[in-house]
Amino acid sequence: MPIGDDAVAGNGLLDRRLFLKGGLVGGLTLLSASAHGVERRDWMKTPGSSLSDEGIPSPHESHVKRTSIRTAPGTSGSGISSTPHEHLDGIITPSRLHFERHHSGIPEIRPDEHRLVIHGQVERPLSFSLDSLARYPTVSRIHFLECAGNSGALLMPKPIQGPCSSLHGLISGSEWGGVPLSSLLNEAGVKSGARWILAEGADSSVMSRSIPLDKAMDDALVALYQNGERLRPANGYPMRLFLPGWEGNTSVKWLRTLKVVDEPAMTRDETSKYTDLQRDGSSKIFTFEMGVKSIITKPSPGLQLHEVGVYPISGIAWSGGGRIRRVDVSADGGRSWGEAALDEHVLPKSLTRFRIPWRWDGGPAVILSRATDERGEVQPTRETVLGARSAAGFYHNNCMQAWRVDPEGTITHVYI
Amino acid sequence: MSTFKGLVLAGLLLGSWAHADELGPGLGEPVSHRALSEMDFTVLPNGDGLPAGQGTALLGSALYDQHCASCHGEAGVGGANAALVGGVGSLDTDRPLKTVGSFWPYAPTIFDYVRRSMPYPSPGILTDSEVYSVTAYLLFLNGMIKEDVVVSATTLPRVNMPNRDGFVLGER
Repeated sequence: MPIGDDAVAGNGLLDRRLFLKGGLVGGLTLLSASAHGVERRDWMKTPGSSLSDEGIPSPHESHVKRTSIRTAPGTSGSGISSTPHEHLDGIITPSRLHFERHHSGIPEIRPDEHRLVIHGQVERPLSFSLDSLARYPTVSRIHFLECAGNSGALLMPKPIQGPCSSLHGLISGSEWGGVPLSSLLNEAGVKSGARWILAEGADSSVMSRSIPLDKAMDDALVALYQNGERLRPANGYPMRLFLPGWEGNTSVKWLRTLKVVDEPAMTRDETSKYTDLQRDGSSKIFTFEMGVKSIITKPSPGLQLHEVGVYPISGIAWSGGGRIRRVDVSADGGRSWGEAALDEHVLPKSLTRFRIPWRWDGGPAVILSRATDERGEVQPTRETVLGARSAAGFYHNNCMQAWRVDPEGTITHVYI
Repeated sequence: MSTFKGLVLAGLLLGSWAHADELGPGLGEPVSHRALSEMDFTVLPNGDGLPAGQGTALLGSALYDQHCASCHGEAGVGGANAALVGGVGSLDTDRPLKTVGSFWPYAPTIFDYVRRSMPYPSPGILTDSEVYSVTAYLLFLNGMIKEDVVVSATTLPRVNMPNRDGFVLGER
C-alpha cells in the first residue's frame, strides 16, 4: 500500500479518498470455494426461524444498549439514558436507542383523550386531537436532537473516563415527521404584540418552556412520527414539539398546550436550569442554539485496538446553525490536521457522518476532530468554551474532544 | 443570528403572521374560556395567573415536612435532591450554590413550579393555598420574608429575589 504518498497529516493520518479508491482492502483475501465441494455453515443447512411481527436486533448485538442514570435520587423516571454511539454508524439513531432525558418519568397517554390546545394571545383558542393533526399537511425532516447537558462532563477539571456514550450520549439523529407549527398558529391567529409561546408537556411535571415566536413560525414542528413510526412514549407520544437545532429541553415532549404570550414565562426550567452561569455570577439565558460540534465515535474508549494497521476514524458532526461544511481530524494531538470525508447526507441541523483512514503504528496517539459549519463557525477548544464560564457551568458545551491511544491499544479520554 | 436580534425581528414580522392565510384543513375546535382556565397552570413573573388563596410560612412548615423534606432535606438543605435554601453570595465564587434563594429570579415561579411539578410522587395533591404556604416557607427559610407574612397573588410578586437581575440575554 502506498502509505507514504497518502499521508495527509502526522502520525499516520491518511487521505480520506483511500476509502473510495479501495486502497485499503489489500489485506483481505477473497474467500474461495473449498476444493472438496461447497460447504454449508450450520445456519445454511435448514430453513431459518419464522416470520415475526416486530424486528429485533441480533442476540449477538445485545450489548448495544443505552445506559441509564437516574439524576434524582429516590425516583425511577427522572434521569438520562445515553445513545451508544461507539457501536453505531450513519446519521440515524435507531429509535430504541435514541437518548432520553425525562424530568418526571414517561407518561402513559391515551391518545384519544389527549389534546393540543393553542391559547393565550390568539384570535381563536383551538384544540386539536391526534386524529385531526394527522390530517394536516405534514413534512418530515432529518435532524439531530441534543440535550443541553450533553458533553457537560468535559468541563470538569479532570477528564472523566468512560465510553463515548457516557460523555456524549445525549445526542441522537432521527427523521421527524409532523405538522409545521406555523400552520396551527396561523389557524388560531396570533395577536400582534405577542412574541413568545409557552409550551407545556402532559407529563406529571407539566414541564414548560418559553419559545420565541420567530422560532415557532420558522421551522418548528408538532412531531407525530419518528423514523417513520408514531413517536414512542419515551419521545413524546402522541405528539411533541420539535425545534430543529435547539437544546433538546425546548422540544417539549407530550405536548399539551401552547400559550401565546407577550414575554417569556421565566419558568423553572429556563431560569434555574439550562442557563449558563458565568464566573462573574451572571447567567446567560435563552442560549437555545446548539453549537457546531463533532465527536469521534470510533475508535473510542472501550474499543480496544488489537494490532497495528489501518483503522477507520469515524464520527458524527452537527450544528444547530445549519449544515456541516467540513470536519478536520488530527492523530497527533492537534499539531497537524487532515480533512475527513463526509458521507453523502449533509443536511441542515442534522448529524453528518465523517470518516478518514488512519494507520496506527503502535505508538501513542491523540486523536481529535474539529467541525466547521456552513456559516464558518468552528468548533472551539475546551479553553475557549470555559472562557468566562463558572466552574459549575456544564450546559451547551461543544468543545473539541480528544481520545488518547496508548501503545497497548487502549483508549482513554484526555484533555489537550 | 443572535437570540436578541431574532427577537427584534420577530417583533417586526408579527403583523404579517397575524393575517397569514390558513394553509391547513382548519380542524382546530373552539375552546371555551372556562375550559382554558381549568387547564392553565401558567404563572408569569409579574404574578399574572396566580390564583386565589393565601398561605404563610408557619402553615407551610408542616406541609414541607410532610411532602418535601424526604427529598430536599430538613429546612431545605441536606437532602438527596436539590438544595432549596442558601447560597446567596456564592454565584461568583468557585463553589456556586444554586438554590431557590440564591438563583431563582422571580418568586411567582416558586408557586408555578411547586403547583406544576411537586411533590414529585403526587403532583397536584396540594391546594392552591397550601402551595402558597409552601412557597412562603421556602421564602422564609431563605430570609426573604418573615414567618407570619401572608403570601398571596397580591404579595408574592412583590418579594424581591436576590438574583432578580442575574440573567442576561445574549450569545454564549
